[in-house]
Amino acid sequence: MASEGSEKSVVAVRPDPLHGADPLLAPGQTLGSVTEKISSIVIGKGNTTPGWIFGAFISFCLLMLLNTVITLLAIKGVGIWGINIPVAWGFAITNFVWWIGIGHAGTLISAFLLLLHQKWRTSINRFAEAMTIFAVMCAGMFPLLHMGRPWLFYYLLPYPNPMWLWPQFRSPLVWDVFAVSTYFTVSLLFWFVGLIPDMATLRDRATSRIKKLVYGIGSMGWRGSASHWARYEFASILLAGLATPLVVSVHTVVSFDFTIAIVPGWHSTIFPPYFVAGAIYSGFAMVLTLAIPLRKYYHLEKMVTERHLDIMAKVMLATGIIVAYSYVMEMFMAFYSANQYERAQFVERMTGQYAFVFWTLITFNLVLPQFLWWRKVRRHELALFLISLVINIGMWLERFVIIVVSLHHEYEPSKWFMFFPTRWDWATFAGTIGMFFLLFYLFIRFLPMISIVEMRTLVHETSETGPHTSLYPVPPEA
Amino acid sequence: MNSKAMYGLLAEFDSPEEVLAAAHRAREAGYQRIDAFSPIPVEGLAEAIGFEWTSVPIFTFLGGLFGGCAGFFMCWYANVISFPLDIGGKPFNSWPAWIPITFELTILGGAIATVVAMLALNGLPNPYHPVFNVERFAHSTTDKFFLCIKSHDKNFDLQRTKAFLEGLKPHGVFEVEE
Repeated sequence: MASEGSEKSVVAVRPDPLHGADPLLAPGQTLGSVTEKISSIVIGKGNTTPGWIFGAFISFCLLMLLNTVITLLAIKGVGIWGINIPVAWGFAITNFVWWIGIGHAGTLISAFLLLLHQKWRTSINRFAEAMTIFAVMCAGMFPLLHMGRPWLFYYLLPYPNPMWLWPQFRSPLVWDVFAVSTYFTVSLLFWFVGLIPDMATLRDRATSRIKKLVYGIGSMGWRGSASHWARYEFASILLAGLATPLVVSVHTVVSFDFTIAIVPGWHSTIFPPYFVAGAIYSGFAMVLTLAIPLRKYYHLEKMVTERHLDIMAKVMLATGIIVAYSYVMEMFMAFYSANQYERAQFVERMTGQYAFVFWTLITFNLVLPQFLWWRKVRRHELALFLISLVINIGMWLERFVIIVVSLHHEYEPSKWFMFFPTRWDWATFAGTIGMFFLLFYLFIRFLPMISIVEMRTLVHETSETGPHTSLYPVPPEA
Repeated sequence: MNSKAMYGLLAEFDSPEEVLAAAHRAREAGYQRIDAFSPIPVEGLAEAIGFEWTSVPIFTFLGGLFGGCAGFFMCWYANVISFPLDIGGKPFNSWPAWIPITFELTILGGAIATVVAMLALNGLPNPYHPVFNVERFAHSTTDKFFLCIKSHDKNFDLQRTKAFLEGLKPHGVFEVEE
């Protein structure tokens, strides 16, 4: 066990993640108390608070704005947005890449960290996974709306048709269809499997008949038999093993949308790892943006502790450095390649008409997150919340720079064109934010936002009787 | 009570260690048809009630294999057999371009097969089970642990089994109606 004095010697002693001065779980919790705490948020009385209603109402209004935009889009076409040739991708694809990137942190927390036996994921994985699913739903809207005729979306799928045609399987845009739909399906399955025993808990604790019935259907008759648990745990590990390479592949395929084109500023081999790191960076920023108000509002500080915020901030810092390296390397390669179009592209980015976007992005993504080197900042709720918002905006600007700025300044001056977003561009983006938050509000009201089973397991492992359960085998102390 | 068929006897415990010890004692006493219920996964409990291995990973493998083969075959069939397009003499079977779809469908097939196999092997969804007839069983999803000896066990005898379970110092022993 790490004693008080030895905590400074980082190399020699690994701090015990469960006990000690800075635990992952505040002391004094029992199986019953964590179950009560988490399930009462869902099935207790008086939980439809004015704050919840207000937030959900604002989100609902934004969702209605999205409906308005979609209706207008169906009537008038994509001309309501500021896009044209050559900047044909504009906000729609910027938003698509931004939303799908946000999703990645959820899968990383739920799958990758499960395989690595990281116990700190326990109290944040459920809502991070929910965030993934809702973000992918928002992301999926954009390519469909960007087609201009979203009711013909099924042209993207291989289906027997009287035209005897197939999708172009050599195109990254078709790979995207497969990557994103697989990602959504697998995330949903993984999330649902995690919810089964929790819904059984809600079924058994609910007092009203309707709730018992609904959660009973959701739990599929789960009764916690030992042989069921054995298969369940095996299946969870297998799903985590499948989801981990999947999450890396999804943003890789998204980056192929750019790298396979020959637009200067896009045609670069660094894009896949750079995009994956950026996705995790923005995803953790969004997890923090959601987690900090949630733990405050629902008094979950005992489960989502300062240590969790600290660790997530460190992940952001690390992926932020990878992203910074990618920016620098991208620019270096533009000059080192001696390709005049590449060079012109990067000079345009830094000094051209969109230079203010580029420098804002550098400030938001590279400069301001450096405050996370200070432990005080990593553990300060407000500071961390503001930095996470700044990174969210910065990552959105990054995609804007990659897409719009690259397209507005292609090979010939005759193809130079400014893109200006219209009010409908902003309305579409705001509408998906509303959709995301409305789904999230409904989720925290009707489903347990922290995995009850995993919290019980963590409680049992930290209790005096010692670890005896197998969801996360404990590696031997160093 | 006697008018209804008996599913078995259910004993309630406070901790995973107690139910694990009780399951071992029941096996030593010669009971074969036992089951244990817990709010958290308990290491060794499945083995203690006679569960040996699960075929879930086999289904994962088969699902992934099917997904991957189907994905590759689809791309190959579309571009080589069904609708070949000669573009500057480039090969029809440009297999590196099929890899992303092959990979995604491998994962999709594996994941769907895993979840379906896990549920099917567990016999879920299952809206009714006799253990739900015991009122105390609702606590099995919060913080209580249960051991069940089923009535079709060849050593099952209502009085003797009840005495045996009570000897394990449980919180209570309940008769489970079918």
